[in-house]
Amino acid sequence: MAKSQFTNPWFPYLLLAPQMLIIGVFFLWPAAEAIWSSFFLQDPFFGKSTYVGINNYVDAVTGSDYRRTAWFTTIFTVLVAFLSLFLGLMLAVSADRVLRGRSAYKTLLMWVYAIAPPVAGLIGIMLFDQHIGPLVEFAALFGWNMRVGVDYWDTGIAMIVVATWKQIPYCFIFFLSGLQSIPSSVKEAASIDCRSETRRFWTITFPLLAPTTFFLLILNITYAMFETFGTIDLMVKGEPGNNPVTLVYKVYQDGFRGLDVGGSAAQSVILMLLVLVLTVVQFRLIERRVHYS
Amino acid sequence: MATTEMDVPVARAKPALSRRSFGGVKIYDHIVLWIGVFLMMGPLAVAFMTSTFDHVMIHREGMQVGWGGEFLSTYDTVLNQQGGFSGEITGWLMTKNSFILGIGFALGKIVVSMLAAYAIVYFRFPLAGFCFWVIFLTLLLPLEVRILPSYEVVQQLGLLNSYTGLILPLIASATGTFFFRQFFKSVPNELLEAARIDGANAWRFFVDILVPLSRTMMAAIFIIMFVVGWNQYLWPMLMTTEEQYFTLVRGIRNVMQSMIGADIPFYNEALAMAMLAMLPPVVIILIFQRMFIKGLVEQEK
Repeated sequence: MAKSQFTNPWFPYLLLAPQMLIIGVFFLWPAAEAIWSSFFLQDPFFGKSTYVGINNYVDAVTGSDYRRTAWFTTIFTVLVAFLSLFLGLMLAVSADRVLRGRSAYKTLLMWVYAIAPPVAGLIGIMLFDQHIGPLVEFAALFGWNMRVGVDYWDTGIAMIVVATWKQIPYCFIFFLSGLQSIPSSVKEAASIDCRSETRRFWTITFPLLAPTTFFLLILNITYAMFETFGTIDLMVKGEPGNNPVTLVYKVYQDGFRGLDVGGSAAQSVILMLLVLVLTVVQFRLIERRVHYS
Repeated sequence: MATTEMDVPVARAKPALSRRSFGGVKIYDHIVLWIGVFLMMGPLAVAFMTSTFDHVMIHREGMQVGWGGEFLSTYDTVLNQQGGFSGEITGWLMTKNSFILGIGFALGKIVVSMLAAYAIVYFRFPLAGFCFWVIFLTLLLPLEVRILPSYEVVQQLGLLNSYTGLILPLIASATGTFFFRQFFKSVPNELLEAARIDGANAWRFFVDILVPLSRTMMAAIFIIMFVVGWNQYLWPMLMTTEEQYFTLVRGIRNVMQSMIGADIPFYNEALAMAMLAMLPPVVIILIFQRMFIKGLVEQEK
């Protein structure tokens, strides 16, 4: 249905002005500058810059450090995205089924959503601390001498645990509201036709949740790649050294610490392209969904 | 496959809901949820309880479960002691800054994005498509990705160490605009027509009809955006070099840094700080739980 609309030569522009102004100054300008400076080599001390073509990109992508970071980011992102999706779904399914105490469970399970990533990182790094951390003691029970902050993969695993923990409530909230929006007539019909609860879940409930799952998957990927910055910064205690970091952290590290403006900008542009791809995928999925309904 | 089809009538012969109604309780689900609650809340409980102990004790014996009795003195120190390099920053001041950032960000975002969404949904004008795409573009690039150039721009504008510089660049992303666009599209056309007949112009319609209609939506977005704003870390960390502008979440970094190299780090104060930084957003989403979930889930639409 077409929306009735006003026609006015200047009023809509006036309404859009604040948004456009902010986007122009704080978004378009910096983004353009990132793309521009990714083709230059800047001298941090004299402010001179030389055009170097795509050298910054080549240097970034071929650097062994970059590759290691990219590899870690991939593993980190995939694990965090899927683990939080899976655990969130599991909790939501149970919370949807119980009658007693549902709202108490819900409240306690969504609590962590409100915690800032660096706060989660601080609590995490203490739980995994060599001296005082109970989780290190727990790992030691299984003969695993966990050395977070020293061993590359031990630190990585601790980061994955904390980042997943932080994201579970988000998935839980979406899945629970998805489950609750399934009409009870569908649920009843399904329970008459199919006795096995597991099969009923995979053939009826899960397909109905598919759109939510896709949506959450994309959001989880974006979360793991970009929003975990604070968690990672706290968990490497601000000095990555030999510890794993994500690509976004490296953009910051090279740009602000290494003063490699061009290289950092090139990495930014690579990430922008990645987000672009993700968004296109997301939109294709949303379009597909329109056909379902 | 064929055999399972055959099974169905047999299954139907028994009461299909027997497992469900049996006793009315499903032990499995409660166990899963209890484990979930333990894993989600356990770390927070341990962190809180440890923060009530003396730091020497924590250093010697690890994180604690129980009540350490140092609660008042630790939290008093964190809130009132003047810390940092300049010695002028206190926990209270950081809390104030966090509220300024959270509320400023949420209000700014609501105002800016409501106006923009109104223009996009309710007006026909030549550049509408172009504006929509520019706004859409901002969803593609989180601030984290363009952090260095954003910093340079804000520096050139002389906005480092100011609330304006802290808040405005964060508002640049257009999530709010899409929320409101979606909502306005669901408002029935009849309302606009009736308003027109009554002689309302575009501004009157917005102020007298659309804004009151959006009240719940605005509240939901306010809650979400407040939490998002309060929890900002990277941007405040780069932006605010003067300690008087530090937020609680930003202060977490200083706490961590002061712990490095300390003989006996003040674990208790660090955790107390984490608890303080956590408290307001948690309280808000728990109080306005229903509204918060509604607003959050709306994003998917």
